[in-house]
Formats: sequence, C-alpha cells, structure tokens
Amino acid sequence: MSRQLTFSIFRYNPNNPDVPPRMQEYKLTETVGMTIFVALNQIREEQDPSLMFDFVCRAAICGSCAMIINGRPRLACKTLTKDLPDKITLLPLPVFKLIGDLSVDTGTWFRHMTLKTESWIHTGKQFDPQAIEERMDNETALQIYEAERCIECGCCIAGCATANIREDFLGAAGINRVARFMVDPRDERTPAQYFEVIGCDEGAFGCMGLMACDDNCPMQLPLQMQLAYVRRKMALAGLKAGR
Amino acid sequence: MSNYQIITTDVLVVGAGLAGERAAIEAATHGLDCIILSLIPPRRSHSTAAQGGMQAALGNCAMGKGDSPDVHFVDTVKGSDWGCDQDVARLFVENAPIAVRQMAYWGVPWNRVVAGKKKLPDGREIEDTKDKEGLITARDFGGTAKWRTCYTSDGTGHTLQYAMDSIVVKLGITVHDRTEAIALIHDGTTCLGVVARCLRTGELRIYLAKSTVIATGGYGRLYGASTNAVINEGSGMFIALETGIVPLGNMEAVQFHPTGMVPVWILITEGARGDGGYLLDKNLHRFMPDYEPVKKELASRDVVARRMMLHIRKGYGVDSPYGPHLWLDIRHLGAKHINTNLREIANICRNFNGIDPVKDLIPVRPTQHYSMGGVRTNIDGAAYGLKGLFAVGEAACWDLHGFNRLGGNSLAETIVSGMVVGKKIAQYTLGATLNYNYSLVQDFARQQQERINNLIQGKNGRENVYKIRKEMEQTLMDYVGIFRNGPDLEKAVAKLQELYHRSLKIGLKSDGKWANPELASALRMPGMLKLALCIAYGALKRTESRGSHYREDYPARDDTNWLKRTLAYWKPGSDLPELDYEPVKITELPPGDRGYGESTQVKK
Repeated sequence: MSRQLTFSIFRYNPNNPDVPPRMQEYKLTETVGMTIFVALNQIREEQDPSLMFDFVCRAAICGSCAMIINGRPRLACKTLTKDLPDKITLLPLPVFKLIGDLSVDTGTWFRHMTLKTESWIHTGKQFDPQAIEERMDNETALQIYEAERCIECGCCIAGCATANIREDFLGAAGINRVARFMVDPRDERTPAQYFEVIGCDEGAFGCMGLMACDDNCPMQLPLQMQLAYVRRKMALAGLKAGR
Repeated sequence: MSNYQIITTDVLVVGAGLAGERAAIEAATHGLDCIILSLIPPRRSHSTAAQGGMQAALGNCAMGKGDSPDVHFVDTVKGSDWGCDQDVARLFVENAPIAVRQMAYWGVPWNRVVAGKKKLPDGREIEDTKDKEGLITARDFGGTAKWRTCYTSDGTGHTLQYAMDSIVVKLGITVHDRTEAIALIHDGTTCLGVVARCLRTGELRIYLAKSTVIATGGYGRLYGASTNAVINEGSGMFIALETGIVPLGNMEAVQFHPTGMVPVWILITEGARGDGGYLLDKNLHRFMPDYEPVKKELASRDVVARRMMLHIRKGYGVDSPYGPHLWLDIRHLGAKHINTNLREIANICRNFNGIDPVKDLIPVRPTQHYSMGGVRTNIDGAAYGLKGLFAVGEAACWDLHGFNRLGGNSLAETIVSGMVVGKKIAQYTLGATLNYNYSLVQDFARQQQERINNLIQGKNGRENVYKIRKEMEQTLMDYVGIFRNGPDLEKAVAKLQELYHRSLKIGLKSDGKWANPELASALRMPGMLKLALCIAYGALKRTESRGSHYREDYPARDDTNWLKRTLAYWKPGSDLPELDYEPVKITELPPGDRGYGESTQVKK
C-alpha cells in the first residue's frame, strides 16, 4: 500500500503583503523513488500552479533547491520521501531574502560573499597565451578541488546561529571560500591580507562553534576543519603582526 | 510616457553559463559596458553539471603523446560525421589549449600529470614521464584518438564555472539574475535588445544594446527523458526563431547520451567509461566488443547509444518498471578510484538510486543529452539575418559539432567560442551605434504585456500548459528519438502541430500575478513547440542517416544529396517551419569512413 503524504508548505508572497504568511496543506500518494523534487512538481502541475520553489539541475550539483525539510536545511532534489514521516513540512531557508513561498534569493547573498572575500586568484602574473601552463603538484590540485566543492546551496548559512542573528556574517561558506584560496599557490595574498577579510566578527571570529554547518552540508565538506585551518592561519598572522 | 523601465548597455548577454560569461568577460576587457541576464544565479547554470571534462590537445599525459590540434581536428570532423564547418573546427582546435591554460591561470585546479608507471583496466602498462609531471593531464573520452579530455576529478564544469564567474565578479560585470528574456527587439535588419520578465516581481523591462548575445544553452527539456537541467527549455533559440528572420541550423541533430541513469535520467559521465567502466546486458555479458571490437564502449556517443538500443531491441535488456535498460559496471575500478575520481557518480548512485557502484551495477539507458542545432551563426558567431545578434555555446549552431558532438567538446566549445566570438562581438560593438525608434521598442514590450494579459484572463481558451507539455515530451520521446523513420516522424509532426495550436489557447489556472511560475511556463510553451516542430520536421525531410540522426528507412549517409545543413525559419502565422539548406564547408578533410562503427551500419 502506498502511503498518503501530507505536505505542509509555507506560503507567502512579499509582493503581496496584504495576505499574511501561512501554512498550506497538500495531499499526495507516494510513489517509488519519490523525492521532494518529484512531489513539488506534482503539486504544482496538478493542484496549485502558483506554488513557487527552485530547482535547476535536480541532481545535487547546482545548489538551487535547499529548503527546510522537517526542520533541517536539505537539498530537496536528493531528499527521498521514504526517509521521512508521512507528514512533511517545507519552509524556505532563513537568512536569505524571500522571493516567494519556498524560493529564496541565495544568488545575491553569495555574490556579496564572493565580492567581500575577493574570491578570485590574486596574482601579479600576466597570462601568456603562447606559453605552456605553470606546473602544479597533483596533490595540491586535488586539495584545492576538495575546498572548492561548495555548491553555494546555503544550508550551512541557514543552519548557523550567528548568521541568523547578524546579517553581515560570512558563515561557513565564506570561511571555506577563503580556505580554498589560502591553499592555492597561485593566489599571492599574504596571511595579513586574508586577516583583513576574515579576521573579524563578520568572519572567522563570529563563529560560535555550534557546528550546524558541518552537520547540514549536503556536500559533506569538512567545514569544521576549514574553520580550524583558517583560525590557525589567522592566529599565526596575528602573532607575526604583534612582533 | 514609457510604461517600462529601459536599461541600455553596449553588450547584452542572455545566459550566464560558461559561454555567456566568457563572451561577457571578453567584451568587458575591451572596455565595453556589459549586462548579463540569467534565469538563475550564474553558478547554478547547467554548465556546472558537466562532470567529465574539456578537450584540448595538450599532449601532456602518456596516452596523449603526439596529440596536436591537427589530430583534434580530425577527431572532431569525423565525430561530426562531416556535418561540421571545418573552418570553425580548425579555429576551435587551435584555441582550445589556450582556453584550458587560461582557465588554469584563472584558478581551475585541473588534475595534473603524476610521473610513474600505471596499469590500465585493460591490462596495458603506460608510463607518465618526469618531464611532464605537474602539467595538465587528460582522460580518455569516446571518439578521440588520444587522451585529450582535461578534467578536475568529476567536477570539471563546476570548477570552470566558479573560476569564470569569479572573473565576472572581479571585473564588476553587471548580472541581472532571475530575469528571463521573452522576446528579441529588432527592426527587421538589426537586433536592438530584448524584452525581459523579472522573475522576482513579474514586471517587464526593456533592455537595449548595440549587441545581443544568445547563450542560453540547449533545449533538452523538450524531451521527457533528458539529462538536462530543468531550465534548459531552449528559450534563446525560440526567441531568435520567432523574429521570423533568424534561422536555426540542424535542429534534427539531437544527441542521446549512452548512460542516463534509470529512472531519474541523471547523467553518468562518459568519464566512467573513459576510466574503464563497461556495459553489460541482462546476462551480464559485455556486448560492446561484439559490435565495436576496437573502440568498444568508447566509440562515439551516437554509435554507442544506437548499439545499446539495438541490443535492447534484440531482447537483451534488463526488464524494469521504467522499461528495459542495460548495466554500467565500474566495480572493478575499486573503491578508492570510485570514491575520489568518480565521486560524483558514486554520490548520484547513492542519493538517487540507493545503490553503491562499488558493489552494485548501475542501470542505464540512452537519454536525450545535447542539441547540436541552434541559432545559425557564421564563423564570427554572428547570427544569420539580424545585425548585432550573436550566439555562443549550445544555443548556437556555429557549427562545430555537425551531426554528433564528441564528449569533452561542449565544455571546450563554450569557453573557446566565448573567447573567440567574444572578441568579434567586441570589435563589432566598438564600431556600432545604438539607433532605435522609441515607439517600435515600446510596441515589442506591449505585445508581450498583451500576451500576459490574455493568458491571465483566459481570453484565448482554457488549455492546461502542463498537459500540453507532457504530450509534447512524450511525442518527441516516442517518435523523434534514437531510431527514426518516415511514418513515425509524420505522426510526430501532425501531433506537434495540434499541440502548437492548443498552446495558443492556454489559460492560466492561477492568478498569474508577480513572479507566477505557471505564467512563465505558459509564455514559453508555443516557442518550445516551434522548436519541437523544427526538430521533427527537419528529421522527416532529411532522408539519410548522419551522426546522431538515424533513419531506419534511410540507414546510409548520403553525401551526394545531404552534405548540407538544414536551416529552419518560422514565418509569422505559420504552424510549420520553412526549411532551407546550405552546403557544409569542407576545407581539409573530405568525407570518408569514421572508423568506429559507421562503416558497418547498424544491422537489424
């Protein structure tokens, strides 16, 4: 017997503030292999075409579909309904600006973070199209890729107590981003320059250490390790500056 | 008084994937003002989903020794089944190494050569030499004579897009995300920009530019089973087609990837086979060597996909509730290799199918993957028919891929065409002025407003957009798939024409206000059906088999009559495209045997 699922979904359109936020219920028959992606599309196509939510790749690569699923930030595309009770509550991610219903504006947040952490290779070298590439040790290349696997879904930010109380906090995604450039030998920034970006309450020192980021990361990035790595670098930079 | 906000710029790029961003960077570095429109934040683009890699003849790794742009050229032309433009292929192969190295300079952590002896899964021993250590390495992909596909584990698209977007941010290029171009503005000779709908508020805006660049990717979502992201609905192609002046090239050329995972149709990268994975049937027999003794699982994609379907038709498929499928086996590669080099595959298998590829077989079937067709451009990326309109990447028919694209050539095309065409766009734009008639521009926006009002008020009818869409998806799957024939294609054309007429009578069930998603779908539906008709009708008329276009009733390639490119135009008021043809340019390599399977056409 297939289960009857009840979805309780947050509804609010900021363009229409006269209608207050509310929870709306939808019922669906569970099918084999059903994900939240499948369920939401079915609800929109068959029951309520006004329902707003975001999916792009539907394969846990692009980071679009993070939402709060039964209390936890998750990627909806890879959340199977069979792993959930028959009552499923869906809320938009907190911290990010609400676009409508389950859709939030992660793009603006992450572009701001990218700008603030200056997430590009800082180098004085010029690119020479005629030259062969500079060499790099493969282990180093793999290490950079490990830190670059963040898909900017926002789960770490949504689950972060600091990010929920101060809007300028860069969060685990921001700290991980800085770590990614710190391990990259092509980036010529000094520890002191990184300290300017991240050595403050908006950055590495704002973290309360509750580690929900690490628990919630759908890419299983070692966010706790990255924070420790960045803090260690910051401490060393601070010590050197104090000499 | 204008009702619509007007935004002007030098270069307007529609689409923020790799091709669009690379073109924008080129324009910006030439000192031009540039705005990128995107349905979503750029880093969510479908480019990020590309796992396998990017072809460039660097010749660094052991199995890439002796590679050169010349070898890459031959592979690309053969792969295209002589359908590509050879001038474009030459330009592309010469620039691909520069593009890969520039991406390294911009921060892509390409996997590097590690010196030492290695044993390949087939038992061969190879040795990477010390003098190449630390240079960019490459993996094996289908249809290539050398290992040429540069990669970062299996997150190549992700690392390329993030590096590319970091340069966009660094240069301060304006990106208007959650914005959808819904019509091109033109005066019959020159493109002036677009009418766009804000996907935050639903408001219409007018963007005016000296140059407009279509970089919206493919149209995979016309098909029911596609590896494509849900945003890949071909909008850039159909707004160009809807001008009535700009043709689409070779729309019948649709690539099916051999290994879409059943039943979610998520792509299992060709890297799995490149690294030594192989295909098994229901008897756990490795069947590809029976058909393709030399290239086996690494024959070109169209060949492998057809061999798989043929094998399924012979009764060797594994039965499942989602239809018969085959198995992909990577277990022998070992847990370490699978969990590092093929980690995304492992994750996809675990998350979306509950299987572990270290111990389990992966269910796969050929799945719609790529559109070789698109907005027809010349070698400079300039669209036919309208000045100031350009197209790059999958949305374009430049035409690098002809009738079949080799794996690893699409990521390479996005960046190389963005770079090369970007320069041409910059040159054009620096010499151009923006002249427009105010009321003409307003009329374009008013027409779109009227469409929206009619949909909301149900003035044209009460057709349901989602029902029409499902029928379109099924029609293409059933009748315009891997194996095609005249009677089926005729059925498809008739059905799609009926659906097109119904799509003009869509009425919304919801209120359609603000960023309403049903309205967005309804606005796209007629355009998507026009694309579907270009595919089906082009396929019906092309009475030969070439690359991915396989006609059971015309199984041979026919160079005498069909060494030409289809151009599809859509005249106002029509319900079928008007087809025209142009010769394919052969410069260096005359048509011959592809050397992997097509010499012995698929026999039944």
